[in-house]
Formats: sequence, C-alpha cells, structure tokens
Amino acid sequence: MILNIIWFILIAVLLGGYAILDGFDLGVGATTLFIKNPNHKRILMNAIGPVWDGNEVWLITGGGALFAAFPHVYASVFSGLYLALMLVLLFLIARGLALEFRSKIEKQSWINFWDLVFGISSLILPVLFGVAIGNLLTGLPVGADKNINISLFGLLMPYPVLAGVLTLVLFIMHGSLYALNKTDSELNQQLKKIGNIFAWIFSGLWVIATIITILFVPHAIKNFQSFPPFYVIPIIVLVLALLIPSCILKEKYKQGFAYSFLIIFLAMATFAISMFPNFVPSTIDPNYSLNIYNGASSQLTLKTMLIIAAIGMPFVIGYTIWINHVFRGKVKIEEHSY
Amino acid sequence: MDVTLLARIQFAITAGFHFLYPPLSIGLSILLIILEYQYIKTKDKMWENLTRFWVQIFALTFAAGVATGVVMEFEFGTNWEKYSRFVGDIFGSPLAAEGIFAFFLESTFLGILVFGWKRVSPKTHFISTILVAFGAHLSALWILIANSWQQTPAGYHIVNEGGFMRAEITNFWTAAFNPSTVDRLTHTIIAAWLTGALLFMSINAYYILKNRHLKMAIPSMKIATAVIIVASLLQLFTGHQSSRDIAKTQPAKLAAFEGHWETKPADMYIFGWVNQQQKTTSGLKIPGMLSFLVYNDVTKPVKGLKEFEPDIPPVNLTFQTYHFMVAIGILLILYALYSAIVWSKFQFHKPKWYLKLSMIMFIFPTFGNQLGWISAEVGRQPWIVYGLLRTKDAVSTVVSSGEVLFSLILFTLLYLALLILFIYLMVKKIKQGPNELQEFVPENIDNN
Repeated sequence: MILNIIWFILIAVLLGGYAILDGFDLGVGATTLFIKNPNHKRILMNAIGPVWDGNEVWLITGGGALFAAFPHVYASVFSGLYLALMLVLLFLIARGLALEFRSKIEKQSWINFWDLVFGISSLILPVLFGVAIGNLLTGLPVGADKNINISLFGLLMPYPVLAGVLTLVLFIMHGSLYALNKTDSELNQQLKKIGNIFAWIFSGLWVIATIITILFVPHAIKNFQSFPPFYVIPIIVLVLALLIPSCILKEKYKQGFAYSFLIIFLAMATFAISMFPNFVPSTIDPNYSLNIYNGASSQLTLKTMLIIAAIGMPFVIGYTIWINHVFRGKVKIEEHSY
Repeated sequence: MDVTLLARIQFAITAGFHFLYPPLSIGLSILLIILEYQYIKTKDKMWENLTRFWVQIFALTFAAGVATGVVMEFEFGTNWEKYSRFVGDIFGSPLAAEGIFAFFLESTFLGILVFGWKRVSPKTHFISTILVAFGAHLSALWILIANSWQQTPAGYHIVNEGGFMRAEITNFWTAAFNPSTVDRLTHTIIAAWLTGALLFMSINAYYILKNRHLKMAIPSMKIATAVIIVASLLQLFTGHQSSRDIAKTQPAKLAAFEGHWETKPADMYIFGWVNQQQKTTSGLKIPGMLSFLVYNDVTKPVKGLKEFEPDIPPVNLTFQTYHFMVAIGILLILYALYSAIVWSKFQFHKPKWYLKLSMIMFIFPTFGNQLGWISAEVGRQPWIVYGLLRTKDAVSTVVSSGEVLFSLILFTLLYLALLILFIYLMVKKIKQGPNELQEFVPENIDNN
C-alpha cells in the first residue's frame, strides 16, 4: 500500500512539474496581452520557443500516469468534467498552433490573429486549471458508481473561480519573472511593472484564499490540523511572494524566478497535502470519495510503473536542465524563430 | 443520436486525423538522419541546407501531430470511462511510458533541431536528430503495445475489484509483447518509412520537373528510392506475417478480410463485394489462395464468419479497406522497382510522366495507413478488447449525446482547419524550397 502513497506523490510531482514549467510559458503568453509592441510580443513568444513543447509533455505524461496508476480517477474526472476538459484541449491545441503558425505568413493581420489566439488561450488555461483545483478541494458529486454528475456551470462556484484567478495571477507573475531573464531594454521595464503588480496581487489573493479555505472548506485543512508543522508551507509561499518585488527592484531576476519556482512547488505541495489521501472528495457521501486506494491499479502495475518512472525520469530531468542551459541568456530572433 | 455511436465517430475522427501526421514524422526522421549524416561526413554546405529545409517540414508535421495527439491522451477517460476502468491496469502503463520515454525525448531535442543550429556543435545537432528519430519510433512502440493488447490480450487475469470487473496484469512482458505486438509494430513502422520517403520523393520530383534545386533533388531521389525499395519489399513480408498471425489470434477478422463465410478452403479476392445480409461475397478470386498463404496448403479449411456469429464485424467495410490497403502495397512495390529502372537509365532526369506520377505518389501510403488502421479496428468489432469487452459496454455513461456532439463538431472543424493550414503552409514551404546559397544569410528581422 506504500506504492499507492508513492504514486500519489509522483502524480503530484508530475502535475507540479507541469505547473512550474508550463506555468511560466502560460504566464509569458498571458503577459503578451499587456504588451502592445508587436516586436516585443514576438520576443516573448520566442523566449519560450524551444521549451514550451517539452513543458507541455509534463501534462500529457501526468495524464498517462494517472490512467496507469489510478484508472478510476482518470475515468471519473475526465468523463465527469467532460466539457471543461474539452475546453482545455481546445485552448491547448489553439495555443500550440498559434506559436507554430504565427510567423509562417508575413502578413500583419495573420500575425495579429495568431498572437491574439496565443494570448487568450494562455490566459484562459490557467483559469481552467485553477477552477479544476478549486473543485477538487471542495469536492465533487461522486456517486456509488464512482461517476461524477455535474454540469459545466456547476463547476463555476465562487471558490473554484477564486482558485482560477489565483492560478492565473501566479502564472503571470512567474511568466514575467522568466521573461525578465530573457529580455532587455524597454520590454524589460514593462515586465518589471507587470511582475511587481502581480506579485502583490498574488500575495493578497493567497492570504484571502487561505482564510476562505480555513473557514469554509474544513476537510481541506484536516491534514494540517493533525500535523501543524505543515502550516509552515503556505506561510513560506507568502513570504517568498512578498520578497519578489524587491528582487525585481534590485534586478535580481534569477533569484526572483527561483522564488516563484519554489512558490509553485510549495503551492502544489499545499494542494496535495489538503487532498491526501483523496483525489476527489465526494459531496454526496464521504465513503464514495475517490482516493489512492479505491481508485488505484494493482500493486504489480504500480510497481512496474515505478520502475519505468525510475528509469525514465532522471533522463527527462537531465535533458530538461540541459536544454534550458543551451538556450540560456537573452532571446535573439533568428532565421528559424517563431 | 446514440452516445456510443457518437463517441465512436469522435474517436475515429480524432484518431484518423492524428494518424495523418505521426507516420510522416517517423518516416521523415529517418531521412533527416541520412541527410545530416551526409553533411557530417562530407561537410558539404548543400547537405546542411537540405537538412535545415527538411527540419522545417518535419517540425510542421510534428506540431500537427502534437496538436492532434493531446486529445488522444485524455479521450479514453472522457468518452470511454468504462473501458478505462476495465483496462487501466494494463493499458495505462504504455501510455505513461510513451510520455516518459518518447514524448519528452522528441519534444526536447526537437527544440535543438529547430532552434539550436548556432547554439550547439554540428555533432550534437546530429545526435539530437538521432534522438528525435529514436523518440518517434519509441512512441510508436508504446502506442502499438497498447493497441495490440486490445487486439490480442495476454499476460492478464480478470478480477472483481471493489465491484468493478477489470483486467489486471499478471506479467508485464507477456502483456507488452502480446501475440500481435511485433507484427503490428514492424508493419506500422515500415508503413511510416514509406509515408515519409514518398513525400520526400514527391517533393523532389516536383523540383526536378520545375528544373529547380537539381543538385539536391537528384541525390535526394536516390536516397528516397533506396528507402522505398527496401521498405516496400519488407512490407510485403510483414503484411504476410501479420495475416498468418491474425489467422491464429483473431480468426473472425481474417475471415472478414476475405469475406469468407463457410468453414472450408478459403479463396483470396482480387476485388469483390460482401453482402452481409445474405452472407455472400462475390468478385474476382484466386481459389484456395488464402488457405495457401496461411497454411501453405490450398485444401486446408479456414474458419468462416458463420462460426463466429453474432460476434462478427461489419464485413464489407473490413473487406474493402483491407483490399485497398493491399492494392496500395503492391502499387508501391511496382513503383519502387520502376524507380530503380529510372535511376539506372535516366538518373531521374526523365521521363516526364514518371516525375509527374512521383509528385502524387505521396498520397498512397497515407491512404494505406488509414485503410489498414480502419480494417484492423473495424475488424475487431463488436469487441473493444478482443473477446473480453464489447464496444457498447465501454462508453462513458455520464456524458450526454449533446455533449459528445458538441465536442465532435468542435474537433472536426478544428482538425479540418488545421489540415487545410498544414497543407497550405507545407505547399508554401515547398515552393520556397531549400536554401541554395553556400552561406546562410539571416532573414530581415525587422518586419517580423
């Protein structure tokens, strides 16, 4: 049964890896909506050019790993949140195509169209992911047959929407810090403002969301109460967020990005601790909740998958670091740029 | 409309559109290795320019494959919830492994291929090309393991887990290398090589006809011809091997391939038509040929469809798609052999009709891929997991037909738009052609 716990953590790591990595390129994407100069937009898009595709693989692999390790969770959540997931897929596709197609035809209306598609998709996706997180925290109507019956609008309750906005704000902060490392001059000045503002908004929203969770989502703080040292984690998130504006002011962008990297990691840890051992708490009957035991594959599969992950993931982490190293430094627009 | 039918149509459309792109990228990845190897070996700038050009074509194909592939990773859960619960213990692992071993590899090193020309050494770039190609092939391995298990399940037992019946793995290697994995893998990979090589051939034939890039196009034609001769002949062998194994593992499908109703020595149709209601097949046939191909004996009986009723697939669709696929395979062999003659006699400078034909040849392997895939998947019906779970018992029950109809229309329109854009950009790129200059000159970067 230890394998079930390990796989809960590994799924959290995969989705956390996704949030950290695609988080910055979604954030960079949403940031382009605040930037007017088309050349600056282009620089921002090329700042994520060589890496966004690999970042997205964390989500795909997370989906596959969820299917393999917790098939009931995979089946219930994706069929239950059908339309929401279809929207996620639509925007993921649209965003990838926008990057790929924007510079293929040298006509300003063509470029503007795809840049808008890219910006809007990058804005909506974090909101959708956050809404999903909010709904998982409050719970969903999981029935005795493990199925979830809820409409798209049933998902848009105030708490999940708050989680959606929080995620968007976090990613914009994260993305602008990433972009600050990749750009210079005038664009840099604009990004400083954006990073600064969103770091403050995030800090405020994080406090509000934490208070609301403590007051209105009692089952989400159960693990924190049984082991109070966990409370340190959300507090560190706040402290790091409050340090970011001064990093920006002192132009310590690498440090700032490292902080927002850590913030997302710790925010995901907070989320995972709140959920454990559940994946989806049932609002109908707690006994119907999908957890790491009743949602899981056999022990043999969990073991096999652990071996697969142990062989594969070190390589993945190794060359992810390597490629970010190869493309380190400021963005240069070249022949093959987007 | 019925939810199961809509979900099936959606899966067929999303998988069908997706399957246009990966075979192309798998095939082109091999050609990229050959081209860049020439560059590393000869240091001739021409090969570098060619590689750069084909990397762009590859990247476009890859992007379309990723865009359409994202949906596939989640579609089992969204539309086939009962299926996912039943097979997750076995089917999920190869999907996850595909992500861990193949997708990360491909997408990371593709970044180097496209953007890394000035950032890494030629050798590192070449190694990246090999790794991308390796990743593309690995991806095919894992996805075919998953698909093959659905066709010929092995290494599992059925258990009741908390009120849900499901297939649980008993032996990973038996499940992964189930009776049809190797056959389907080799057959599909070689089909992908043909798909890539024929696109390569078609584009180069176009340049020769237009009298452009001759210095590059002629050697390219030779490379492509060599690949096509080897691959098309190998395909004859893997296809034959596949049929022989299907006779053992999925006899109802084999009978449907040839519209074979009664248990008796079986014929092979050159072409024909199946009437499923009257249980008859008519057409031009070679008597006893199927028995001969399967058992090396024209008199040996092959089980007929009537023995499997009512669990038989839509026979005519299976029959027709299978026969057209085989016809395309034979056409490709003839074309490959003729290409060898054109090579030795005219060095590909003529004849004009051959070059014109070559320009459209790329279409055939793509059709072959789609037809072969349809005959394999339709031929498995009414089973979603052969002999274990029926398609009608596998669909998501919480998703309404309205919701599926919505997503079906959404993806159909999106994928059609993508295909049109893909073709448009491809044609634009091809018309532009590889860089002829000896030295690379950056584009004007001021106007985007």
